[in-house]
Amino acid sequence: MSTEFDQKIHETLADPKLQLAIYTSTARLKQNRVNMVAADVLPDYQELRSQANAVKKHTIENLDHYLEQFESNLAARGGKVVYCKDGTEVADFVLGLAKERGARLIVKSKSMTTEEVDLNERLEHHGLESVETDLGEYILQLAHEKPYHIVAPALHKTRYDVAAIFTHSLHVPNETVIENQTMLARRVLREKFLAADIGISGANFLIADSGAVVLVENEGNARLTTTAPRIHIAVAGIEKVIPRAQDLATFLKLLARSATGQLLSVYTSFLSGPRRAEEIDGPDELYVVLLDNGRTRLLPDKEKRQTLFCIRCGACLNTCPVYRKIGGHSFPWVYSGPIGAILTPQFMGVAHEPALPFASSLCGACGEVCPVKIDIPKILLDLRSEVKKSETREKQNRLEKFAFRAFAWLMTHPRIYEMAGRIAGAMAPSADGKWISSVPPLMNAPPVRAWLRERDLPPPPPRSFREMWRQRQR
Amino acid sequence: MTRDHILHRIRTALGRSAGQAVADPPPVRIRIPAVDRAERVKSFAFRLEALAGKVCRVATPEDACGLVASMVEGKRAVASNAPFLAECGITAFAGVETGITGREQLREKCASADVGITSADYALADTGSLVMLSSRGEARMISLLPPAHIAVVPVDRLLTGLDELFSIVPHPAEVSSSMVLITGPSRTADIEQILVRGVHGPGQITVVLVGSG
Repeated sequence: MSTEFDQKIHETLADPKLQLAIYTSTARLKQNRVNMVAADVLPDYQELRSQANAVKKHTIENLDHYLEQFESNLAARGGKVVYCKDGTEVADFVLGLAKERGARLIVKSKSMTTEEVDLNERLEHHGLESVETDLGEYILQLAHEKPYHIVAPALHKTRYDVAAIFTHSLHVPNETVIENQTMLARRVLREKFLAADIGISGANFLIADSGAVVLVENEGNARLTTTAPRIHIAVAGIEKVIPRAQDLATFLKLLARSATGQLLSVYTSFLSGPRRAEEIDGPDELYVVLLDNGRTRLLPDKEKRQTLFCIRCGACLNTCPVYRKIGGHSFPWVYSGPIGAILTPQFMGVAHEPALPFASSLCGACGEVCPVKIDIPKILLDLRSEVKKSETREKQNRLEKFAFRAFAWLMTHPRIYEMAGRIAGAMAPSADGKWISSVPPLMNAPPVRAWLRERDLPPPPPRSFREMWRQRQR
Repeated sequence: MTRDHILHRIRTALGRSAGQAVADPPPVRIRIPAVDRAERVKSFAFRLEALAGKVCRVATPEDACGLVASMVEGKRAVASNAPFLAECGITAFAGVETGITGREQLREKCASADVGITSADYALADTGSLVMLSSRGEARMISLLPPAHIAVVPVDRLLTGLDELFSIVPHPAEVSSSMVLITGPSRTADIEQILVRGVHGPGQITVVLVGSG
């Protein structure tokens, strides 16, 4: 484990205010989802999941075909596809276009893909002003922070944090009423929308048979971003494509329910090309940036490529016992939670943070809530195995290897296992039925101590299951 | 070239060759329930009101005109060029700007208006949504910039839901560059998960359903 990962986890665990914020926000989002996918509310939920999974699987298996189809259909509507292999190419494209058109001000709607490549920082480095317009993202941009959660980016900020950020960055009087804070952001950002030269959005879906970008949002900032400026650039990962507009009848039912527990988000925009001759408003130019940035590395492995089915609903974060303790910023990249734990090692290589696939209890909750049925626990196991295989001989932990071999031997020798259980039980202190939260003195060896530091043990039962079983047999 | 490089990488990884045929995708899943008009109206109103939207029912275009006139009295309003609004006579009364065809003029009017008045191509009963396809008659900004939005919709445009919409409009791109589904007023919960309406789009939405049955 890198010291940074370790340190951030412990900082988060030690901050009770942050713990409460993470816990209450994820609990609410989690419950909202549960209410909306319940069998009496959405009887065909499981069928929709299977359909979404089948469509994603088919699309990824034929990805080149659907990207080309998307490209030619967008071109037929007057839009243009730009392929980029990484963040440098995305920034170069935007900078080049801005220079050609004399653009200075950019408004942005929420996009994890642009977070992935630090687009704002790259553009601002070259003298462009790039303003986030989703309320949560705007707050974070002023605070120079990355999103804490895929769907609720400023989940960790209280109204008092926001007041301090606004006072400091916007030079306004201290304002702690959330409604007033929101209206202040509306006023400031409305001016930006009306003055902006370029709008940059992400994409929730790309529709191959239409050449369309689909955006899902609640605030209206994505609509403004894609309507007010003369140029619209959508930045999307290559995996966002689905075959047909009609597939939205499946995906839209799953996305908002899984993300926030809404039937539909407030605005769903289906945008195919720049405005047409007879239309009054809308952008004159539309570009869709198709970004690789590591995605093609996932394609060869038939099992692990399902990571690319993800529709970024955030349901796995809200249900994950690990995310709900260590929060979003402990994770080493912009993607957090279970999906981040399988996505980051595959995009960046397992060496980026070898401990990441191990930051899971393998409880399986993430796989259960995933609307496109990504088998996250299975992929976590595969990645763990990859991490172990990639370790050099010197780095391999001899003790760990020995311990697992001994464990395997023990588990295949029932008599000795039972005896070991009895000895371990005798070594544990009598805790009067309470959980053991400190290391028993007789087990105080360094590896055991490290393992027990973050774990509490239930008190040893007076009699083992085997003993009870034997007694019953008599 | 990056394009060819990326497509080549994808094909190599998937074991495909350029232009190779593709098996049919899984059949689309479209299920349209049989719901009569009265039930649709009830469901639409229930869903939209749950999101703090307002739904009014009137029998005739004249009634719609009278109702909208009372709602926008003393306010600055912009109305779209939708034929149905003209049919109702909503474009004719004082204080309502309409007939705008220039983008700059439209943007200016919408930025200072109190209310935007539009029709809608469809409405969805099971989610309380409006469906608006951008056209000469229906600009995008009228339902977006003003703090309040009034939509006047013939009741026979009320569909059961998403599935019916995508069976009637399987290819929205052939009709317009922009199709937007509007489900309730603009909202955010980005600060402490406290719900605030009207953050960027309209904070108030009123749908006037016109027609009997």
